[in-house]
Amino acid sequence: MKESGNKTTVALQGLHACSGCEIALIDAGQQFITFLEDFVIVHLPLLMDHKYFEVDAFKGQAHIQIPEAEIGLVSGGVANEEQEAILKKMRDSCQTLVALGTCATHGGIPALVNSWTWNESLATILSTCSTEQPASTPKDGLPRPLERVYALDEMVDIDMYVPGCPPRGEEIVQVIRALARGEDPVLPQKSVCDTCPALRKGKVATKAVKRFVENASFDPDQPLEEMRCLLEQGFMCMGPVTAAGCAGAKGPGCIVARVPCRGCFGPVKDGGNQMLDMINGLASMGVDWKSIEDRRLLLRFMGAHGLLRPASAVGDEIENE
Amino acid sequence: MNSNKAITIHPVTRIEGHATITIHLDEDGQVKEARFQITSLKGFEKFIRGRPAEEVPRIVSRICGICPWMHHIAATRAVEACFGVTPPPVAEKLRELCLLLAHVGDKILHFFFLAAPDFILGPDVDYSVRNIATIARDQPELARKVASMRRLAQKMLEDFTGRAIHPVACVIGGFSKPMTLKERDSLLSGARELLDFSLYALDFAQKKVFQAYREELATLGTITTGFLGTVDDKGLLNLYRGNLRLMKSDGTFVDFPPEKYTEYISEKTISWSYGKIPYAKAWNQGFSMDLDNPRGIYRSNTLARINVAESISTPFAQRALEEFLERFGRPAQSTLLYHWARLIELVYTCERAVEILEDPDITNQEVRVKATVGAGTGVGCLEAPRGTLIHHYTTDDRGCITKANMIVGTTHNLAPINMSVAQAAASLIGKNHQEESLVNKVEMAVRAYDP
Repeated sequence: MKESGNKTTVALQGLHACSGCEIALIDAGQQFITFLEDFVIVHLPLLMDHKYFEVDAFKGQAHIQIPEAEIGLVSGGVANEEQEAILKKMRDSCQTLVALGTCATHGGIPALVNSWTWNESLATILSTCSTEQPASTPKDGLPRPLERVYALDEMVDIDMYVPGCPPRGEEIVQVIRALARGEDPVLPQKSVCDTCPALRKGKVATKAVKRFVENASFDPDQPLEEMRCLLEQGFMCMGPVTAAGCAGAKGPGCIVARVPCRGCFGPVKDGGNQMLDMINGLASMGVDWKSIEDRRLLLRFMGAHGLLRPASAVGDEIENE
Repeated sequence: MNSNKAITIHPVTRIEGHATITIHLDEDGQVKEARFQITSLKGFEKFIRGRPAEEVPRIVSRICGICPWMHHIAATRAVEACFGVTPPPVAEKLRELCLLLAHVGDKILHFFFLAAPDFILGPDVDYSVRNIATIARDQPELARKVASMRRLAQKMLEDFTGRAIHPVACVIGGFSKPMTLKERDSLLSGARELLDFSLYALDFAQKKVFQAYREELATLGTITTGFLGTVDDKGLLNLYRGNLRLMKSDGTFVDFPPEKYTEYISEKTISWSYGKIPYAKAWNQGFSMDLDNPRGIYRSNTLARINVAESISTPFAQRALEEFLERFGRPAQSTLLYHWARLIELVYTCERAVEILEDPDITNQEVRVKATVGAGTGVGCLEAPRGTLIHHYTTDDRGCITKANMIVGTTHNLAPINMSVAQAAASLIGKNHQEESLVNKVEMAVRAYDP
């Protein structure tokens, strides 16, 4: 399988996502350029011209051709039959398959749509204020939508999970390099709070969660170490229930902006539920969790795996509160 | 020839989105219809409903990982209009600075990483090597330079606001943190470096790229349309805010505040794409993508902005604009001129970023006023790299979204892209082009729009 000497082959495919993961990789700058030099990229539609659907002129059917690769990365979840077919082809073509980014690992923001049926969503999209009526329903020559957005491991076996919205570019390069060396890449095991320098005193300022319509209290000329923990200032901050990995030299990305975490790296542990974990955490700190406006939004990055469902199918007590 | 022969480009590559092109040919092998199909739908207008509106700017950023800042800022402004809150002046400057830096990084990415392989390596080289990896191998100095400049623009955003991709610093009522003097100094030196690079990039493109492709520049994908873009109250180019200017192909135009967009623009739905197709309903011509007699068709993005603006407020970009106008007239219609216009905007965005950073008020610490959630409706509109971006929300008295409508940059260009594909295919088919080379030249016409 190796070509061009001993270089490892890599395939990277985006599905139901925004290309932010690929951009994070490109933004690694010099590390990205040396990555291009050290590996053979056999498939990367954002940057390369490989047309992987080969249409059979007689039957009109498309065959997907993805070259074999030692390492495959897939960003994005799965929302239609074409994406499902591409994912399965990636699984067949790649020795090691990495779920790249939170859409791939947990559904990500696009899985928020799982709270409605496809027809409910389409009806809204086709009736917005600038849309001419009567509207045509898109269907001709388009891939058939699935009823909801799936994370990759609901469809195929995944060898490695690299969450993040997006993951850090340097981290993506390090993961690929470690896999190429035959090592198991080590990702952070802790929570965002474990990487956050903000000052914690163990007491929360308010009993009700404040909406983020005013700035946190801090001295801009002082480092993060001097800023009181945003959760303790009374804002919803999902650091405690969110996997670490976003932090650069100064701290977690959102905290550097003096803005609370919203959970974009997904839960700390496999099978964790950021909504339930957050509510439990708040309750144990004596905060009235019912003061949270739109509690389901605590699952904003992990709506796949059946966690967000259309209202008709939702029966758990949190929703009925 | 098979009566239902079609050429399929699946997927279109080196573009940000996911799209397929199908070109249907008639019995004589001539182009019957070209379809640029958007093949998936995410449903943001649905799933932001019910959400606390102040959370939406950090949700809709995920519409696009290449231009998240534009969605982030437009959404923030739309929610502020719903809540009836006005951010302090310095917050507007900080947001405009972020918008400009995001434009700078985007233009470097698009021109050098996505589009340039067609020009630097040539449209006819084998598809397997026509990409940035080959440029990195053949012209390592150039590749390192553009990668480091792209990195610099993104790093400036990350150092100042914590995150370059999927930002969080624009908040309802202002900005989440002020700029310290130390940050200002570092950003200013970065912006000056980017400005130097932008002048180099424009010169490089004019001498080494466009010169060799004069014929393609004049003809490939060229169609005749109107244009839409944002201008300030004097008619000057403004990416951050202003009135919308809708220009007909004869150069006449009307200006209107973005809040009135539904009086001028309407969106058609079609059975073969998830992308809706906007057109200028205010022209009262109806809608047609007929190449010889288009009706209601306007274009957005760089060429449109350069065409609708009277002039540019910064000196280097203004000089480049004057040269452009002298050569191509106004409005210029050649599709590949989008790239040229993109590089003029690259210079403008760098110059304007330096200008904002030299404003002593930029380090003012009054960056946010407290907002009160409530019912209302509001439009946030600005110029994204791919065109005019409109976010339009309604909130209830709990400050949660009840209705949302968005027209994103590329959407405005869907009808023109279809037409450019048809034009390019019609002009190339039957002229002894290998299918692979034809396919890439059709895609070059699409890439100019940076969809």
